[in-house]
Amino acid sequence: MKRLLLALCLTVAAGTAPAMDPDADDPAVEARLVELAQDLRCLVCQNESLAGSQAALARDLRREIRVQIRAGRSDREVIDYLTARYGDFVLYRPPFKPLTWLLWLGPLVFLGIGAVVWYRLAARRPAESPPSPDRLADAERLLEDRHP
Amino acid sequence: MKRWLPLAAFVLLAGFLAKGLFLNPSEVPSPLVDRAAPAFSLPLVGEPARSFGPEAMRGRVWLLNVWAPWCVSCRQEHPILMQIARENRVPIVGLNWKDDAGEAAALLARTGSPYVAVPDDRDGRVGIDYGVTGTPETYLIDRDGVIRLKHVGPITPAVWRERFEPHLKALGL
Amino acid sequence: MIPELGQFALIVALLLALVQAALPLVGAWRNDAALMATARPAALAQFGFVLVAFVCLAVSFMTHDFSVLNVARNSYTRLPDIYRFTATWGSHEGSLLLWVLMLTFWGAAVAVFSRRLPDAMAARVIGVLGLISIGFLAFTLTTSNPFERQLPAAAEGNDMNPLLQDWGMIIHPPMLYMGYVGFAVAFAFAIAALLSGRLDAAWARWSRPWTLAAWTFLTLGIVLGSWWAYRELGWGGWWFWDPTENASFMPWLAGTALIHSLAATEKRGAFKAWTVLLALTTFSLSLLGTFLVRSGVLSSVHAFATDPARGAFILGFLVVVVGGSLALYAWRAPRIIAGGGYGGFSRESLLLANNVLLIAALGAVLLGTLYPLVVDALGLGKLSVGPPYFNAVFVPLIAPALFLMGLGPLARWKNGRAADVAARLKWPFAVSLAAGFALAFALGEFKPWAALGFFLALWIAYTVGLAFRDRLRGGGAMPRAFWGMQLAHFGMAVGVAGIAVVAAYSSERDVRMAPGGSAELAGYTFVFRGVEPREGPNFHAMRGIVEVGRDGARVATLHPEKRIYTASGMAMTEASVHPNLFRDVYVALGEPLDDRGAWSVRLFHKPFINWLWLGALLMAAGGLLAATDRRYRLGRAASRAAAKLATQGA
Repeated sequence: MKRLLLALCLTVAAGTAPAMDPDADDPAVEARLVELAQDLRCLVCQNESLAGSQAALARDLRREIRVQIRAGRSDREVIDYLTARYGDFVLYRPPFKPLTWLLWLGPLVFLGIGAVVWYRLAARRPAESPPSPDRLADAERLLEDRHP
Repeated sequence: MKRWLPLAAFVLLAGFLAKGLFLNPSEVPSPLVDRAAPAFSLPLVGEPARSFGPEAMRGRVWLLNVWAPWCVSCRQEHPILMQIARENRVPIVGLNWKDDAGEAAALLARTGSPYVAVPDDRDGRVGIDYGVTGTPETYLIDRDGVIRLKHVGPITPAVWRERFEPHLKALGL
Repeated sequence: MIPELGQFALIVALLLALVQAALPLVGAWRNDAALMATARPAALAQFGFVLVAFVCLAVSFMTHDFSVLNVARNSYTRLPDIYRFTATWGSHEGSLLLWVLMLTFWGAAVAVFSRRLPDAMAARVIGVLGLISIGFLAFTLTTSNPFERQLPAAAEGNDMNPLLQDWGMIIHPPMLYMGYVGFAVAFAFAIAALLSGRLDAAWARWSRPWTLAAWTFLTLGIVLGSWWAYRELGWGGWWFWDPTENASFMPWLAGTALIHSLAATEKRGAFKAWTVLLALTTFSLSLLGTFLVRSGVLSSVHAFATDPARGAFILGFLVVVVGGSLALYAWRAPRIIAGGGYGGFSRESLLLANNVLLIAALGAVLLGTLYPLVVDALGLGKLSVGPPYFNAVFVPLIAPALFLMGLGPLARWKNGRAADVAARLKWPFAVSLAAGFALAFALGEFKPWAALGFFLALWIAYTVGLAFRDRLRGGGAMPRAFWGMQLAHFGMAVGVAGIAVVAAYSSERDVRMAPGGSAELAGYTFVFRGVEPREGPNFHAMRGIVEVGRDGARVATLHPEKRIYTASGMAMTEASVHPNLFRDVYVALGEPLDDRGAWSVRLFHKPFINWLWLGALLMAAGGLLAATDRRYRLGRAASRAAAKLATQGA
């Protein structure tokens, strides 16, 4: 599949070598790089992803990730490589660990609370309708019984 | 009682926001503190035949100062580094980060060098291993090669006193 | 002279704000007609003076008065005329003045258009707006004075940030602030209701058009910001869940919940306390947004020059306004008498479900935006929360809300029957589902999220059509409010379809191109003809020439630029876009790669991206229609009678 993709890209892009930065040459590696880099933070920018940033450090890190991918590392390993050096701050997708349980489960909790509220306000309470004549008569009798 | 909930939630939020005014969101702590300094072997600026690695400093407490010739803040901290070098307590190794070795050598010749060695990290690989995001950054490494402190930004007398001195005292210096 | 005049005008405005806040509120409390009558003139006068101040600042910019610090920092002699004017709001101080201008403008509008309101209510609403004004004017005059002088005057300015030198900058901030600040009116109405203890259908009818108008502006403002980022930042994206973007999106989510909740309050007296709370929350989120963006507590591409002292002032203001309003709510809420009941599948209960989902989504965005701050404040380290989180939690919450958009308008008030609605919608459901899947296959690779998006878009569009058919058949009236709702919902459908396509089927390539070289993307051929130098009024540029063709025919010639702005030395990529209804073809220059004219070039194919902007415009049009419905524009006699009844009755 990789080879087919590569062949297709090369035939289609006659005359140029695809490159995200002059280092790149393999579209499959590039595709994986982009996917990973989109979820990573550019550490020298205010708030940009590693995929989009043109900063020098971003280019260097993309180069490193390419090396890692070519060396056959899995996505998990590449991420671990970066967090070992830069900490969790480099991840735009916060890892799921005790510190972030509240973050990831919070929206679910909000939805749950909302569902409970909705249920209690809407689903259980039937709409008011004017009482039937029978019930009105009953009510009157009860009142008379209480307060003759 | 539910009607007090929104106010209570807001008060909690305001507390965090107030605390937030005293924090700096871009100051990122290093995961390398209290871990072994990553090994490397780099040629020296000016003497490419010789090489340097952190194991050469085993048994000593030392500073790894990441700098570059084009870096303005590095020039600002230069006098302080010269002073530290003169005191002869802690040797400083200056990692030349992502710049031309010739430029680095020329600059040090002009201004004087506080460094006992200047390894040349031309492509920034070692910088990445150390989690460097800019210059200057300084690491305090102990006798067993463990990173004790990372400081981002230029070293000022206040920074030296308040951040570095306590660690040095703890290490018996 | 002129800057001093401006400063003086601001001081007078502050004094007027004090009058506007104190006298009418006391007057409403004491039922003193004379005091209450000061409200309208004070509001109009305050607007007048702030306008004078704004004009003074604008004139300082237009005449390049570099003795004014703000002008020196943000302008440049060779800045094109239109940007000379927009630089007035291109900085923290200037944009704050714009904020205040909008606030006093809304105050003046309420003063003019509130003749049919009972005097006490009008007095309270205008009084509350005055209170807010005091805060902002005080903030401006003490910490962010746009008229501060710098003597001796600088010879030349530092130039406006190149990112702002785009025509999105001309309309985005004014629209955005009109929206942000417009919700202050809804807020003021809510406070007035809490103070008077009276909250009825009439109150809902009075506050609804103001809320709809503010919502319309906020929608436009957000979309313009997104469009501007898409064209100016050069990476083809249009939403990054950046804290500043979230700061405007959160009031929008709350505001959307509010306009739906108000519908139920107006029609059926339902959700009164909740609607009041929502009105307070929406504006509180506007204020929170202002704090987040100007205080430096969150790192963002869009943050203004930050200053913790300013942050502290805004936080203090936030605590007073939001804390005060929520305390008032807690104290007075029990006085609000609940309205009529409704059944499990009535329009009320569906609107409640809509609110639940929107507020859950709002909670998720708030949580994600503030989590890094909370974790840091607790000393637990530094985290980043970025687009992967927001996309993962937001989409599943908003999808059911979009689905409900199809059901709600067709359900009856008070006593809907699920069986009836289900029977009518069986067919639309099936058709939309099938067509959604089919479209996802037709556009190339099948993507499940795209299919979901198509299904929801078609579903909403179909049900809008059904609603029209019902009305026409039933011979019922089609007032503007009806048109407004359907158009806004339809606009949402168009936007969702656009998002579904562009998120799933965009393509991009980052290619090295030598002069004469070509590349292909999504069936288009791009031929690079090199770059030529070009001089702009305040920049030097390298202007690329890229010929775009498809099936052998020339589609467009694009001219992406790489600009260096003379005063600041900042480099900017000016992308070049060829739009049409079904796609954008977009090219941006990267870096020169060698001495023989090769450049790295980014090519983008963005299918259906213009449906996003179009959908948002339709939504805004719908909001405008709904806000100007006849029943909000009753004739004088009728409105006086209504006001009289309201003060006597509920």
